Amino acid sequence: MPELSRRSALTAAAVLATAAGVPAVTALTASAAAPDHHALPSFDEVYKGRRIKGGPSSGGGHHHHGGGYAVFVDGVELHVMRNADGSWISVVSHYDPVPTPRAAARAAVDELQGAELLPFPAN
Amino acid sequence: MTVRKNQALLTPDEKRRFVAALLELKRSGRYDAFVTTHNAFIVGDTDNGERVGHRSPSFLPWHRRFLLEFERALQAVDASVALPYWDWSTDRSIRSSLWAPDFLGGTGRSRDGQVMDGPFAASAGNWPINVRVDGRTFLRRSLGAAVRELPTRAEVESVLAMPVYDMAPWNSGSDGFRNHLEGWRGVNLHNRVHVWVGGQMATGVSPNDPVFWLHHAYIDKLWADWQRRHPGSGYLPAAGTPNVVDLGDTLKPWNDVRPADLLDHTAHYTFDAA
Repeated sequence: MPELSRRSALTAAAVLATAAGVPAVTALTASAAAPDHHALPSFDEVYKGRRIKGGPSSGGGHHHHGGGYAVFVDGVELHVMRNADGSWISVVSHYDPVPTPRAAARAAVDELQGAELLPFPAN
Repeated sequence: MTVRKNQALLTPDEKRRFVAALLELKRSGRYDAFVTTHNAFIVGDTDNGERVGHRSPSFLPWHRRFLLEFERALQAVDASVALPYWDWSTDRSIRSSLWAPDFLGGTGRSRDGQVMDGPFAASAGNWPINVRVDGRTFLRRSLGAAVRELPTRAEVESVLAMPVYDMAPWNSGSDGFRNHLEGWRGVNLHNRVHVWVGGQMATGVSPNDPVFWLHHAYIDKLWADWQRRHPGSGYLPAAGTPNVVDLGDTLKPWNDVRPADLLDHTAHYTFDAA
């Protein structure tokens, strides 16, 4: 498809979708499924000798791709992210989803083997 | 023309040159810039927001361009070097020559995961982990510890058989070839290999382990294999998708290349085998 402009390509896609009798893919963004993090419980425990905490974050900073839910290990924020299916990952276990943010925090403690977490963004 | 070879078939001289070029990129500081870029995208790519490098259709063209940039950097050190690929469905043991001391070195020791042999062992002094998310400055691995088995050839075949490149909602919840290859859904190919290696490879700063490039060179080859099997199937989505890189949209961070420009790898390199 040579040098098709975004607008004309969009039109073409819509025409194709209509002609095929299927909904335009552009109507199927995931925004409707945006997770409600405030429904998730907070936690605060000592796991393998380290304090892990998690809960809704009022900051909503641009690093919070848990999208308003923050997790800490010994007071240092652990970057976490929620997947479309509701599972969670963290920056120290980024290819291995677990069911909850608490499980992500525990997986991080396991992974760290006692090492200190560096504040995000590191470097 | 660059020919990317199966790592298992490299000559001792090819291994030596590849390792030397990696160490030179590391020494000069250029290596760590690639680690930084990867981590920035992996923490920035989200299922419900903008997504470019991961969990999205552009996972494959983004990594193709990322590897091209890295390969060019290697070739600026030694023009004879090409990225090898690791077919983990065949070389699936920790006893593979990939992990020998003359190439990448082996798994980490049990106490702290530290890799103790090979050119990238901390003890050799040439491979400091600078771009990191925790305090540890040594390369770590725990091959086969977090997940026992690498994907099998039958599992690879089951994913290559999928005829549709990608599907809405174009993220980790998608059906289709891309997400099954990436591994968020189904038998799990790419993600599982990161987990199997362990250490930094399981984290957002995974390019700290040189095996990152060999893993992704094989993922890239599987994309080419899929294209040959499904000549009528193209990159999707075509256009107009919020937060997602359509066929003709430019890819960050380069902003000068589109998925459409990266579909044909033969403009840049070929593989040693079909």
